[in-house]
Amino acid sequence: MEVAKHWRETPERYRLEAGKCSKCNTIVFPQRIICPECGNRKFTTQSLSGKGKLVSFTIIRIAPGGFEDLAPYAVGIVELEEGVNILTQITDCNPEDLKTGDPLVAKFRRINEDGKTGMIYYAYKFVPDAGL
Amino acid sequence: MIGIVGYGTQIPRYRIKVEEIAKVWGTDAPTYKRGLNLNEKSVPSPDEDCITLSVNAARNAMLRAMIDPADIGAVYVGSESHPYAVKPTGTIVSEALGACPYVHTADFEFACKAGTEAMFVALHLVKSGVVKYALGIGADTSQGAPGDALEYSASAGAAAFVMGAKNVIAELIDTHCFMTDTPDFWRRENAHYPEHGGRFTGEPSYMKHTAGAVNAILEKTKMKPGDLDYMIFHQPNGKFPVQMAFSLGFKEPQFRHGLLTPTLGNTYSGSSPLGLAATLDVAKPNQTILIVSYGSGAGSDAFIFKTTEKLLEIRDKAPLVRKQLDEHLMYLEYGQYAKFRHKILKPE
Ligand SMILES: [Zn+2]
Repeated sequence: MEVAKHWRETPERYRLEAGKCSKCNTIVFPQRIICPECGNRKFTTQSLSGKGKLVSFTIIRIAPGGFEDLAPYAVGIVELEEGVNILTQITDCNPEDLKTGDPLVAKFRRINEDGKTGMIYYAYKFVPDAGL
Repeated sequence: MIGIVGYGTQIPRYRIKVEEIAKVWGTDAPTYKRGLNLNEKSVPSPDEDCITLSVNAARNAMLRAMIDPADIGAVYVGSESHPYAVKPTGTIVSEALGACPYVHTADFEFACKAGTEAMFVALHLVKSGVVKYALGIGADTSQGAPGDALEYSASAGAAAFVMGAKNVIAELIDTHCFMTDTPDFWRRENAHYPEHGGRFTGEPSYMKHTAGAVNAILEKTKMKPGDLDYMIFHQPNGKFPVQMAFSLGFKEPQFRHGLLTPTLGNTYSGSSPLGLAATLDVAKPNQTILIVSYGSGAGSDAFIFKTTEKLLEIRDKAPLVRKQLDEHLMYLEYGQYAKFRHKILKPE
């Protein structure tokens, strides 16, 4: 991953900051320049609740570089309370136990690192919502 | 009045039992369990570290504090497992909370005492009026060398405290410190595991400094052990703090709720702060709590807090320590644990 790209995306990755269209209230995540619904260019910033439901998922058994220690793990689409869909890794669970519709919640986690001496990348992941 | 206005914790979901570790090294599990008063310990997931535990604990603290993150004037994180040697943990934590950019931050290191150091500075900065709110966090994902006695206890967890002067849930009554240069335990830069100075463990280190801090703060506040409703000491295992408590004249009901080691292990910088959080989880208003940390090297920080009516209003806004400790656990076998803790040598 590129250090500068990660840094630019800090508001989304660290705080789940989305854009809310000032005209039609559509919420876009990640933030965009133009509203996909009405073409408006003005947005206010809103942090998403981080609470949602599992819509669909797959289990990764042969993990790409940097993710080997986590396999098997689930990657899925979570529909947040605000209506936004997020593609995310799902952690703190046995992936075989996941079902669509499961309530999930965002947690701050380590995503990857540039080898043993490079930058460590942090962002949200989702975990089963057990009130923990 | 100044003190704690919000507190929160994070404990990983994974556990490993003493039996599972003992099996690998051919040691007698019942002896370790009895000797250390320890049954299992928490293990961080490969995607958890001191920073993620700090952020998640601090978010729980913010749920209880109910303040604007922009009002946090200082963020201090104490740990002996900061992920970077150079690059602060505190900047990432502050950014994740939304406290940037008008915030002072520093990473503290003092073996297992780093967490209470962060709390000490946060409290006194608020008291001096320099900042409106300050966050003090103790977090660790500590490692014991494979086969070493520490491997049975070194665990992971974090506790975060928002300090402030408005809507205080636990008022700071006083603080005191007791510190000397004592070589009981250390880890050199680039060394993966710590080393301990054999004969310095126990009596001249933990016992002397804990007792020194307890006696000093009791004298300063003109209190006796029996005047306190609760007390928490640092918990390197489940035995030292209990022995210490009895020898200083405290009784079991005073430390029962804050003693987490038997199923948590030693969370180093998170240890006594997590015990304080667990005690706030059960305390009634107008009760006094003594917390005394211990960090090798060596020193102890002591604090006395008095809970207020506000505590009951905010307690249920974030998960309780016992819930994080007891529910939805995932037990690891030693092989998985070795992988999680990067104890397996892989090709570069
Ligand atoms: Zn729009």
